Amino acid sequence: MATLKELAKVEERFVGGHRLCAGCGHGISVRMVLNAAEDANVVVGCATGCLEVASTIYPYTAWNCSFIHSAFENAGATISGVEAAYKSLKKQGKIDKDFKFVAFGGDGGTYDIGFQSLSGAMERGHNIVYVCLDNEAYMNTGIQRSSATPMGADTTTSPAGKVVPGKQQPRKDLTAIMAAHNIPYAAQTAISNWQDVHRKAKKAFDVEGPAFINILSPCPRGWRYNTPDIVELVKKAVETRFWPMYEVENGKWKLNYKPKKYVPIEEFLKPQGRFRHLFAPGNEHVIKAIQKEVDERWLALLERCGETPELPPK
Amino acid sequence: MKNKVAITGNEAVAQAMKQINPDVVAAYPITPQTEVVQIFSSFVSNGQVDTEFVTVESEHSAMSAAIGASAAGARAMTATSSQGLALMFEMVYIASSLRLPIVFPVVNRALSGPINIHCDHSDAMGVKDAGVIQLFSENAQEAYDNMIQAVRIAEHPDVLLPVSVNFDGFITSHALDVLEVLDDETVKNFVGQYQPEEYLLDAQNPVSMGNFDMYDFYFEHKRQQVAAMEAAKKVIEEVGKEYEAISGRKYGLVDAYRLDDAEMAVVVLNSAAGSAKGVVDELREKGLKVGVLKPRVFRPFPFEAVQDALKKVKAVAVLDRAETFSTLGGPMFADVRTALYDLKNDIKVINYVYGLGGRDLRLEDVEKVFDDLANIVKSGRADKFVNYLGLRE
Ligand SMILES: Cc1ncc(C[n+]2csc(CCOP(=O)(O)OP(=O)(O)O)c2C)c(N)n1
Ligand code: SF4
Ligand SMILES: [Mg+2]
Repeated sequence: MATLKELAKVEERFVGGHRLCAGCGHGISVRMVLNAAEDANVVVGCATGCLEVASTIYPYTAWNCSFIHSAFENAGATISGVEAAYKSLKKQGKIDKDFKFVAFGGDGGTYDIGFQSLSGAMERGHNIVYVCLDNEAYMNTGIQRSSATPMGADTTTSPAGKVVPGKQQPRKDLTAIMAAHNIPYAAQTAISNWQDVHRKAKKAFDVEGPAFINILSPCPRGWRYNTPDIVELVKKAVETRFWPMYEVENGKWKLNYKPKKYVPIEEFLKPQGRFRHLFAPGNEHVIKAIQKEVDERWLALLERCGETPELPPK
Repeated sequence: MKNKVAITGNEAVAQAMKQINPDVVAAYPITPQTEVVQIFSSFVSNGQVDTEFVTVESEHSAMSAAIGASAAGARAMTATSSQGLALMFEMVYIASSLRLPIVFPVVNRALSGPINIHCDHSDAMGVKDAGVIQLFSENAQEAYDNMIQAVRIAEHPDVLLPVSVNFDGFITSHALDVLEVLDDETVKNFVGQYQPEEYLLDAQNPVSMGNFDMYDFYFEHKRQQVAAMEAAKKVIEEVGKEYEAISGRKYGLVDAYRLDDAEMAVVVLNSAAGSAKGVVDELREKGLKVGVLKPRVFRPFPFEAVQDALKKVKAVAVLDRAETFSTLGGPMFADVRTALYDLKNDIKVINYVYGLGGRDLRLEDVEKVFDDLANIVKSGRADKFVNYLGLRE
């Protein structure tokens, strides 16, 4: 494993001048992931969303490598086409350089509208990496709920109202769904642990065939926390088991981090404005339901990873 | 060397694709295009092409993958019909705005609903304003010839736009026809190699594609697409001349049939032009001065060529195999009428919508149109602009 010092020497592919909000998780995630490609030639694909809109305002670009955006729901298909072109041209001797391919999509562009295109790309076995920058809502269009939005969250299409306390449904478990495609590599990671992100991104670039990484990528605007606290907040997502770090390599599930003690979900919810209403009297049941969901998923994950089951304290 | 073969329109187009030998094809099956995909798959399986065939999960992804491939520097194609083109709609605009020379056959089929698998042009007309060049083909021969020329048109540095090659579902796609195919070497030399100026897989010169435009650039970029469409007219004619040299067949922007001294004309796309020509031949025997104008190119609209071909006629019937629901008739009617308006010589232009959902255009239907035109010429009056042909009312 490279040291931070060594990683800092890798040329940046995502550079300054972009217009992401200060402290946006996307910039951090993208730099960490691309860093793991080391000195390879990389083509980046990108779905419509905050990252694309903020990084390619014509005539500027924040991308120091080849980059393509075509639409919102098709980053999987678009990068498939790029990879197919590479294979074809390479085979015919029309190009000689090697390339790696990575597509970034938000949770909207991945869990929802781009789900079909992603599933197709994974099933076809292209040698690509797909990274979901999960900030748990459609941020670019003004914080609407997605199927990645946690239960109870206040978004502009699941507003916390007098009768309905935010989003009603639990999150879709996309990482597991991607693993169910039986691709060589699927993983979930978080920017609070750069070593974990780096190792997983590197593995994703290295495996032959499709790889999927889901990365929790907070949005200070949509989540409404104190912007500089991003890493602390992501740590809480991991410690509360809300966002477990695991990987599935050739069908083998592996838990990468097990919190030492049981941390209640409130610790993750409390610092965020999108969950504030849950702490008002009368909404205790929502927090309970979120906790139940987190506990059940954690147990199921432990089982899949062959770990001893832990029961939450009563 | 030329070869006479008896094959269907779909086989002819698949054959053209094989000879073009594109780097990437991404496609999804739909009736009546399915055979093109199937036949092409067998070329891939049997190692007869160098193509990477991307078996996408939808037409939206087909065009998206073609866009990715073309942007990467590959010669890329797809193929579709009807609902498939409708699903691609968003990506056709994007292919054009990215200035990617993707060539794709469109085997024309009616759009749902109600669901129908037979021919009309509602699919093609849905993307007429998307910035895609649209070639139309009367028969399998023209579909084949258009495919090969489309590559050169699309990739011309003054153009760089996607080109769709339209031909009629079932009527042309499934009917056996005798046509002449060129030998592989001739096609290979004619289409040459695709040499993009900027592409994703250029390791030395990374490029960002699909950027976000604000109001300070979007308008200019759209204007550049229009300029490319304008330039395409000349390029289409030049490529047509070069193609004539290798094939002996003439291709321009429009096909003007017996129009030189005509008083009455019908304007019609694709296979129906064949029927109309047959009727014209019969009526000419009887001494009537009639002719047919078949636009080969519908986008860009060959405004000047249409004016030129029709400037001396007295009455014109535009036959549209698609509705617009504007209550002002079919899509081609509006364009032809606009083209003729400024001639100020009082040409009467009327419209017939025909053949929706695969209804046959019978010879007596075309005869009726010429009858109506004759009455208009005689009376000097056209009262009803929008008419339906072969419809129970
Ligand atoms: C077909 C289509 N539907 C809707 C939109 C509008 N749109 C653009 S970005 C976006 C949301 C993006 O959300 P996400 O993918 O989570 O990315 P984020 O901005 O949160 O990073 C939406 C709804 C679009 N561009 N295209
Ligand atoms: S709105 Fe959120 S996701 Fe979008 S740029 Fe700002 S912080 Fe990032
Ligand atoms: Mg999002």
